[in-house]
Amino acid sequence: MSQLSKGQTRFSERGYDGKVLARRRFMAAAGGGLVLFAALGLLPRSGWASPRAAREKLAELTGGAKARKGRVTLRIPAVTDQASFVPISVRVDSPMTEADHVTAIHVLAERNTVPDVASFHLGPMNGKADISTRIRVRESQIILAAAVMNDGSVFLGRARCRIVGGAGGCG
Amino acid sequence: MIKGARVKVPRTASKGDVVRVRTKIPHPMETGWREDHEGNTVPRNRITRFVCTFEGREVFSADLHSGISADPYLSFFVRVSRSGTFECTWIADGDRTFTKSASIEVSEEAAV
Repeated sequence: MSQLSKGQTRFSERGYDGKVLARRRFMAAAGGGLVLFAALGLLPRSGWASPRAAREKLAELTGGAKARKGRVTLRIPAVTDQASFVPISVRVDSPMTEADHVTAIHVLAERNTVPDVASFHLGPMNGKADISTRIRVRESQIILAAAVMNDGSVFLGRARCRIVGGAGGCG
Repeated sequence: MIKGARVKVPRTASKGDVVRVRTKIPHPMETGWREDHEGNTVPRNRITRFVCTFEGREVFSADLHSGISADPYLSFFVRVSRSGTFECTWIADGDRTFTKSASIEVSEEAAV
């Protein structure tokens, strides 16, 4: 009888007690902070990327054209613990004909040490604007994919990727 | 020369098909920022560019930066209208290049 009640207590302590969960959140935050400081210590020379740096880089890559929403589908795992190998795929809704095709797809990571991930150059010979690769995601952040069309218009897709545990992707 | 570079395309296709090309090459893609266990900075060593040609004509290219994982994997699509060879070239720091090709047999009749 006493053993059973003990078991019940343990069960409530481990999983479903609000206090324990609050402590877990604190521990996770503290752990995250440690990782951040370690990264800062390891990378003293490199610039610290921010969403603003990513936007500036994007403007530079697309020649300052205003990015519109839509047409770009960026697929990335919402949560992953393998930050150095995050599979992504970018698909652009385009007929890929001479008259209407994608000329470039730029992928940027807002909070990586350097926001550039890759630029892909396509044309009507591709038949389908769909690329996949694997990227490094240094911490939980938003990944951007910008598609430049042959008429100069730019479409932007974005997706959030959360990194749990482990180290960042660029170390 | 890097051993183990791979280019995969379907063996056969019909004229006008859009085929998937998958490529992978073993490479550390060192960012140049990492430190080893003794505190020495590991020198930068990245593949910065990838070009794929089909029968001498460029069909896809990519500029790769620090955000690309080690052993870079790339997949893309190409419309084929005749038999031929895909030649993929990876260009690494120090202008070292690696090449790998794959052939595809394209039948004349259009896809049903």
